[in-house]
Amino acid sequence: MAAVSQSAMTAEPSVEKPKMTARNLDLFYSDNQALFEVNLDIAEKQVTALIGPSGCGKSTFLRCMNRMNDTIDGVTIKGDVTLDGRDIYDKRIDVVQLRARIGMVFQKPNPFPKTIYDNVAYGPRIHGLVNSRDELDEIVMTSLERAGLLKEVKDRLQSPATGLSGGQQQRLCIARAVAVSPEVILMDEPCSALDPIATAKVEELIDELRSNYTIVIVTHSMQQAARVSQRTAFFHLGKLVEVGETDQIFTNPKDERTKGYITGRFG
Amino acid sequence: MTDMASLMEDRAAAKVISDNLRKPVDWDSPKIARNIKKRYAAERRFKIYGLAAIFLALTALFVLAGSIGSKGYSAFYQTYVQLEVTFDKSVIDPDGTGDPEVIGRANYDGLIKSALRERFPDVTARRDKRNLYGIVSGGASYDLRERVLENPSLIGQTRSVWLISGDDFDMLNKGYIDPAVPEGDRRLNDQEVGWYNELVADGAVDKQFHARFFTNGDSREPELAGIWGAAVGSFYTLIVTLALSFPIGVLAAIYLEEFAPKNRFTQIVEVNINNLAAVPSIVFGLLGLEVYLNVMHLPRSAPVVGGLTLALMTLPTIIIASRAAIKAVPPSIRQAALGLGASPVQTVTHHVLPLAMPGILTGTIIGMAQALGETAPLLMIGMVAFIVDVPGSALDPATVLPVQIYLWADSPERAFVEKTSAAIMVLLAFLVLMNGLAVYLRKKFERKW
Ligand SMILES: Nc1ncnc2c1ncn2[C@@H]1O[C@H](COP(=O)(O)OP(=O)(O)OP(=O)(O)O)[C@@H](O)[C@H]1O
Ligand SMILES: [Mg+2]
Repeated sequence: MAAVSQSAMTAEPSVEKPKMTARNLDLFYSDNQALFEVNLDIAEKQVTALIGPSGCGKSTFLRCMNRMNDTIDGVTIKGDVTLDGRDIYDKRIDVVQLRARIGMVFQKPNPFPKTIYDNVAYGPRIHGLVNSRDELDEIVMTSLERAGLLKEVKDRLQSPATGLSGGQQQRLCIARAVAVSPEVILMDEPCSALDPIATAKVEELIDELRSNYTIVIVTHSMQQAARVSQRTAFFHLGKLVEVGETDQIFTNPKDERTKGYITGRFG
Repeated sequence: MTDMASLMEDRAAAKVISDNLRKPVDWDSPKIARNIKKRYAAERRFKIYGLAAIFLALTALFVLAGSIGSKGYSAFYQTYVQLEVTFDKSVIDPDGTGDPEVIGRANYDGLIKSALRERFPDVTARRDKRNLYGIVSGGASYDLRERVLENPSLIGQTRSVWLISGDDFDMLNKGYIDPAVPEGDRRLNDQEVGWYNELVADGAVDKQFHARFFTNGDSREPELAGIWGAAVGSFYTLIVTLALSFPIGVLAAIYLEEFAPKNRFTQIVEVNINNLAAVPSIVFGLLGLEVYLNVMHLPRSAPVVGGLTLALMTLPTIIIASRAAIKAVPPSIRQAALGLGASPVQTVTHHVLPLAMPGILTGTIIGMAQALGETAPLLMIGMVAFIVDVPGSALDPATVLPVQIYLWADSPERAFVEKTSAAIMVLLAFLVLMNGLAVYLRKKFERKW
């Protein structure tokens, strides 16, 4: 089909030093194919934005990268996904450890119904990252600080996390993900439930986190993609249509569909 | 480019629809007013139905509690008769040994009988004497024995003692036997009623709190029969049931919900669990009889076997309730935990289970309450039996509360009627207690996070 060859031509997947790569990735939900031959590199210590119309497979692709799709029944995956050059679907890979190295922030804030402190401390605890209470306190504090939440919650670390506002909860989820010192953070529309002020805070935070982490973010907001990302990938109907420097994608898209999507939203 | 075109088409279609929507609605039109009126009427009707349902349920509950309470409360009291008992040394300890064994073996029944004869000296005929002895319960001699063993200095003295009365006498005193009825139609003849009146006139008849009812096992004599044996039997049975069905049920539910692949086999398992929940309980009794008694040769009539059998019955209830509770835990919590690198088992034990616990506990207690009220399966394994001794362990022969109720309801003596109601009250108290526990646990686990 014309569209396939076209996408293969316009997509420019490679970067110099990729942290993660996807090669010829096909994904099926039972019999429905949701991803078609996706080839994409995620550059280290950069923010990569995934954009595209609803149902095009952005979340699906994101879940492939920390094997969260394993938890869904009937999913089959073909192709390779690597982290630092190692295939993450290799049998010898420990999924639990993999997910500790590749953190995830979800669309809807999902704090555990525990205290704020316990939310952040949970990851380090189960992975045995700390030897003492002091160390744990330290990790919790720095993670909250990094997520820009410390100032707001430092007096009520022992109160329930579900009592926080939506924006605070989302930043708590980011702090929780950061607390296990992941190398990559995957974010699936992290701001879709937030007001503009909270969104601005999270965006600022993403920009700061970039110096330490590799970030992949799914977003429906073109402005957001333009503001926070260095590279942007446009998905359509399960295919990666185009990927490149964010500036280039937004000012000079090579593919008609990309142009249509971007201008449609702006105009 | 085809995709581009379809995008444009979508937009055009959306425009047509929104044009249609722009037609103004007249919110004051009679049609709309009628609609509102209809809606109000429906809401009023619904409210009335709801209130009526609640009223009916409450009335039923009230009538039930009222009738049981009014029939049963008198079982908590027992008639006592005061007599001058001579602790005759020649009967109790003729050789003056002071040996408790000798004192324990003495004929206290004889002491009571002679006390009665002394109280009513003009009774001489054999039949009349037998009736006379019926004033005092056969169990009174044990009381006397205890008393003397505790305080041997009583020997040789004459004391006025309150003795537990026989059941017919008790019934007369509680007003369940009407002296106005023709003599032939009542359990006590005129002479006996005369003795009663004489004793009452002397102030020698009294009603006292009937502690025996709460401490004794079953007995053929209503005034000596107590609920404690059945209560202990129920307790042991439920402990065994809980110890088995709770962990097995919860583990099965967790496995089915969280780990089992969704395939034909698990579907069959699911359907069969639901079917098991609907199987009549007596069938589980047959299974218990066959497996536990005939194959495993466990002791008949024992709470272990009862508990094992009832565990089979409660398992499906617990599994179904636990699965519902586990399913109700939002998937986002699981994703959060898995996304942080928690293993599936950690996800379940740290997050899913604590959140599902209130529901699981509610289901478990409902299952336990069912088990507490069950008689049919116990019939098959010999727990419907007349057992006097209070069981000392789960291996001793025992009966349970609902069986005790059934046995007493089946007894001919009038005095067992009130015992039956009283036993029902005890059973209901147990149920209320268990439900209270359920509420408490639910609150506790809900607050815990
Ligand atoms: N668990 C699932 N089971 C079956 N099909 C699924 C499942 N999740 C997603 N899909 C299908 O896969 C396709 C891609 O879905 P996906 O959620 O990845 O889209 P998306 O790009 O994230 O959309 P959105 O922007 O609305 O979040 C859709 O057609 C969807 O119906
Ligand atoms: Mg999505």
